[in-house]
Parts: sequence; structure tokens; C-alpha cells
Amino acid sequence: MVEFSLPANSRVRTGKTFKAPAGATRIKKFAIYRYDPDSGETPRLDTFEVDLDKCGPMVLDALIKIKNEVDTTLAFRRSCREGVCGSCAFNIDGTNTLACTKPIDEIKGDARIYPLPHMPVIKDLVPDLSVPYAQYASIKPWLQADTPPPSKERLQSPEEREKLDGMWECILCFCCQTSCPSYWWNGDRYLGPAVLLQAYRWIADSRDEQTGDRLDYVQDPYRLYRCHTIMNCTNTCPKGLNPGRAIAEIKKAEVERR
Amino acid sequence: MATRERPLSPHLLVYRPQITSVLSILHRMTGVALAVGALALAYWLTAAAYGPEAFARAQALLGSRFGLVLLVGWTFCLFYHLCNGIRHLVWDAGFGLDLPALRASGWAVVLASAVLTAALWISAFA
Repeated sequence: MVEFSLPANSRVRTGKTFKAPAGATRIKKFAIYRYDPDSGETPRLDTFEVDLDKCGPMVLDALIKIKNEVDTTLAFRRSCREGVCGSCAFNIDGTNTLACTKPIDEIKGDARIYPLPHMPVIKDLVPDLSVPYAQYASIKPWLQADTPPPSKERLQSPEEREKLDGMWECILCFCCQTSCPSYWWNGDRYLGPAVLLQAYRWIADSRDEQTGDRLDYVQDPYRLYRCHTIMNCTNTCPKGLNPGRAIAEIKKAEVERR
Repeated sequence: MATRERPLSPHLLVYRPQITSVLSILHRMTGVALAVGALALAYWLTAAAYGPEAFARAQALLGSRFGLVLLVGWTFCLFYHLCNGIRHLVWDAGFGLDLPALRASGWAVVLASAVLTAALWISAFA
């Protein structure tokens, strides 16, 4: 359902401000979404002043600095700090991206950091991703083949393997998934760009033998066709992948097999 | 233990408007405007069939300053929806889906609809 405004329990209040230590010269303000499930209060936006001379170059460096030195209760997911794990995906400066690969100096003015959009919030910047994970499981993201396995690997030609480039690199950070207005309004039934990119990754795999079943599963007014080619997904992908094209390829495959 | 209902993270109002999403919602809005415009067109045609007096009234209404503003708006909607519709058709054929092409075709559609609208009205009053 299209709902432009947030429900009453989700409206964001102005929160506390944490001043930079005296003597700091290069100060950057980070406005960060906070929600504490134990407080019974609605979410708020806290402002942290960070001395950039004593902080690493990336947004994740600032978040870790804030958690270490200013407010240890700040909750966020992070792991690899080099753009391969997909944990630190947030809405940063208005678009979804990975905090670990987003340089602070690319942000003009105050840096605003929210959780991935239109998701239930567990705490602060940690969204509940169980729905997209369940949707991912629903497309059966594994090789399905009935023919008996050969004594070695199932082989592919270099050309067949090339078709998977631009899809196997996806780290499931769900930046694209939560940038999509169609997914905001119909996320319960529309599979979303990240999951459809993975669906196509298996449709396009020459070794997979369930292509027909896979195409049957996504051929649905909601699962696939809620994509209106808005292309926010491709615009926001921190890995430079193209979920919008993968979805277009699925739509083409659905037509071509008739 | 019953947990409190989790808040929904901010979406539309914190997400930066960008050429991809703005042109997409513009496509939807021009489509709605054209549906309303079709009613005006039907009124104009019905008035013509009804008789000279009714037609004169319709002409006066649509020829008024307010009517002209609406007509210019509707023609822009028509050209935008047409050009962007062609863009969608090209996408559905599997072309022009990489980021540089998306941005270039987006601006081309905006420019083309403005130029076509201007050309139509300049030729109408020339």
C-alpha cells in the first residue's frame, strides 16, 4: 500500500546533540537515526559532532569512532569494512550505500544516516531483514539439476560463465531492494530488485535445469511485474551492479518462452 | 513475551529525489493528467455535436487564459508520456539500461517534450 507519511510510532523526533571536543577544527555533523526498543519512545535524530582530523576517511570510520568514544549504545551492523560483506548498508546522505566504502568528504553539509528505508527497525541503524531473506530463499538460490552429477565439475563454456558476471558479485546488502519505491509500497508481495537479480542469476546459469520452474515462480503480477523500471536500484548499487537490467532480462525471457 | 511493534524506517521523505525516480513518478502523474484531459477532449467533441451555441461556449472556455494554461499543460503531458513511453519500450526490448544511457535518455525525454510542446504552440499561434 502506498503510504507517504510514517505511522505515529515511527515519526522521528529531534534528539540530543553531542558537541565535538574543544580545540577541534575540522568538525562534521553526523545526524543519526536512533531508536531504542526498551525506552518506549519514538525514534529520534541525534547529532554527533566529529573531529575529522581524528577520524578515518569513510562514514563507517565515523560511526565506529562515535560508538567507541561518544555513545556506546549506538547500534549498527558492520563486519568486513571493505565492501564485501554487505552489513553496513544504510541510507546515507539520501541514498542507500555501504558506510565502509562511502567517503565522508563526498557528503556536502551535515551527514544524515538512516536505516535502510521502509523496513521495521530493531534498534538504531539495524533493520529487520527477515522478509527479504525469506524472499531470497523462495527463489531457491542453489543449483538444481536432475541429471546425475558428472565425475568432475559441471562444466561451462567461458561464454556461458560470462553471463553470470555482474550477478555473482551481489553481496545481498539490500541497498537496491530498499531504494525501490515499488518495494516500499508492495514489499510483502513484490520480490524486489536484489532478489530478482539473484533469481536471474540462476535462470541464466547454463548448468541449472529448472529454468522453466524458476520462470514460472516469478511470473506473477506482484513478484516480478511490480517492477516499473524506476531504476533507483541500479542508481544506488554500491557494487555497480545492474538489478534493473536483470529484471528486464527476466521479463524478456518470460515473453520469449511463450 | 509480546514485543512492541517496530517502527518503520523513513523512506520517501529522506530518499534523495533523482532522475530515475522523478521521471518515473512524472510518467505516472502525466498519465493521470492525460486521463483528465481526455474528459476535456470528450466535452469539446460533445459540444461540437450538440450545436453551435454549446460549441461556442466550449471554445470560449478552452480559449480563455485558464483554458489555454490547461491545454499547454496537457500537451506537455502528452509529449512527455509519449517520449518516456518510447523510452520504456526500448528498455523492455533490453536496451539502454546502463546508468549513462539511463541519464542521457532521461534528459533527452525532458528536452524533447519541452521542445515539442513549444513547437506545437508556436505553430498554433504563428
